[in-house]
Amino acid sequence: MSNTSPNFITSSLGKKYLMGFTGLFLIVFLVVHVCINACIYFNDSGVTYNMVAGFMANNIIMRILEVGLFLGIVLHVVQALILTLQNNKARPQKYAVQNSAASSTWYSRSMGLLGTLLLMFLVVHLANFWVPTKVAVFNGEEHNTFESLKPVFSNPLILTVYLLGLVSLLYHLLHGFQSAFQTFGLNHKKYTPFIKAFGFWYSVIIVLLFASMPVTMFLGLIK
Amino acid sequence: MSHGNMNLTLKIWRQNSAKEQGQLVTYPVTGISPDMSFLEMFDILNEQLVSKNESPIVFDHDCREGICGMCSMVINGRAHGPKTGITTCQLHMRSFKDGDTIVVEPWRAQAFPVIKDLAVDRSSFERIQAKGGFISVNTGTAQDANCLPIPKNDADASFNAAACIGCGACVATCKNASAMLFVAAKVSQFALLPQGKIEATARVKNMVAQMDLEGFGSCTNTGACEVECPQGITLENIARMNREYLVANCKD
Ligand code: HEM
Ligand code: SF4
Ligand code: FES
Repeated sequence: MSNTSPNFITSSLGKKYLMGFTGLFLIVFLVVHVCINACIYFNDSGVTYNMVAGFMANNIIMRILEVGLFLGIVLHVVQALILTLQNNKARPQKYAVQNSAASSTWYSRSMGLLGTLLLMFLVVHLANFWVPTKVAVFNGEEHNTFESLKPVFSNPLILTVYLLGLVSLLYHLLHGFQSAFQTFGLNHKKYTPFIKAFGFWYSVIIVLLFASMPVTMFLGLIK
Repeated sequence: MSHGNMNLTLKIWRQNSAKEQGQLVTYPVTGISPDMSFLEMFDILNEQLVSKNESPIVFDHDCREGICGMCSMVINGRAHGPKTGITTCQLHMRSFKDGDTIVVEPWRAQAFPVIKDLAVDRSSFERIQAKGGFISVNTGTAQDANCLPIPKNDADASFNAAACIGCGACVATCKNASAMLFVAAKVSQFALLPQGKIEATARVKNMVAQMDLEGFGSCTNTGACEVECPQGITLENIARMNREYLVANCKD
C-alpha cells in the first residue's frame, strides 16, 4: 500500500485536532480569567483587582500569552467556519422530516450557532473593557480598570447580553469539553465517564462564577 | 394472519434520477398486517402500482435478514425507522399504529447520490474500502492463524468492528453526513490485529483522504451515528481512528 494522502492539517481530521487543541487552550484561559476577575470579591474598592489586572497588563509574558490567545481564537473560529461550511455542503438536499432529537442533543448539533453567538458576545466584551484599557495605555493615561466595570454593569441591557453570552458558553462547553477528548482519540471505558463528569461540572461552575460578577455589580453589592 | 390490520398513509420520495428534482408522493395503503416487515408492505404497494400500470417504487434490498445492509430508508426522520439496532427489513409494521402517516426518504448525502426513488449510489464506500480496507500479507492456513496469540479483548473489539455491514445509516443520520463511523470500523478491524499492523500507517491515511475526497462531512462528535447503527459500532472506534491518524502522520 503506498501512501497518497495529503497534509495532516488540510485533512478533516487534522482540522478537528486543531479545533480541539485551540478549544482546550481557551478552556484553560477561562480558568485564569475567572480567577483574576474573582478578585473583585475582596470588595476593597478594587485595590486587589487593579493590582492583579495591572500585573497582567504590564508583564511581558502575559503580553506574549495575549497574542497567543488571539491567535488561538482566530484559528478556532477560522477552522470552525471552514468545517461548518464543508459539513453543510455534505448534505445539499435536506430531509423533509428529521427526528434528530432521537439520536443527539440539540447543543451538540448547534456548535456553529453557539460559537457565533459567543463571537458576537466577545466583540461586545472586548469593546467594553479591552479597547478602553488599550486606548488609555496608548495615550499614557491612568486607567482604573475596576472603576470602568461599574458603569458598564449598571446597564440592564448589557447585563442581559452578558448573561445570554454565558448561556451560549455553557452549552458550547457542555458539548465541547468532552468532544475535544474524543477528537484526540481519548475514549476509554474507565476514564471517559470521568472526563464527561469533569467537563459537565467545569462548564456549570465556570459559567456560574462568571455570571455572578455582572449580577453582583449590577445589584451594587461590590463597592 | 393476525387481527388488527392497519390502514396507513405513506409519503414516499419519488425521484427519477440524480439529475431530476424529486418530491414526496402520497400513497394510501389498506389491510396491512402488523406481522409484515416494512419491505413486505412496500412489495404490496408496488404490486398495486404495477397493476395500475404505474412505475413501482425503487428501493434497495437483498438479504432481508439484516446482514447485507442494502435496505436504506429514512423513515419518519430516522435511519431504518423508529427502532434501534435493526435494519429496515427487520422492522415490522407492528411498530406503527393504524391511521399513521409514514414519511419515507432516501439516505441524503452529497456522497450518496440518488439513483432512483429510495435507492442511492453507495460506491463512495467501496472506493474508501479499496484504499486500504484489506491486508496484503499472506495469512497462511487456519493453523498459522491459531499460532498467532491475540489478546481476547483485541480479538473481540476487532470482531465487533468487523460487524459493520456498510449500510450507510451513520452517514444518513449524521448532521454532517460524515462517514467517520464506517471508516473507523474498517480501520479498527485491522488496526487491532497483528496482520493489520503492517500496513496500518498507509491504511488510515489513504482511507481518510478518500473519505474527504468523496465529499463526506467531518465529525462533530454528536454521537448520532452510534445510536442509529444497526450493528452497534461504537464511538470508541472513531477515537481509535483519530489516534491511528495522528500516529500515522507523526511517523511519516
Ligand atoms: C471561550 C471561547 C470558546 C471555547 C472555550 C471553545 C471551546 C471549544 C471546544 C473545547 C470545542 C470542541 C473541539 C472538538 O470537538 O475537538 C469547540 C468546538 C467548536 N467551536 Fe468553540 N470555543 C470557543 C469559542 C468559539 C467561537 C467564538 C466559535 C465560532 C465562531 C466557536 C465555534 C466552534 C465550532 C463550530 C466547534 C465545532 C463543534 C465540534 O466539532 O464539536 N467556538 N469549541
Ligand atoms: S458503522 Fe454501522 S451504520 Fe455505519 S455503515 Fe457500518 S453498520 Fe452501517
Ligand atoms: S435487506 Fe439486507 S439488511 Fe435489510
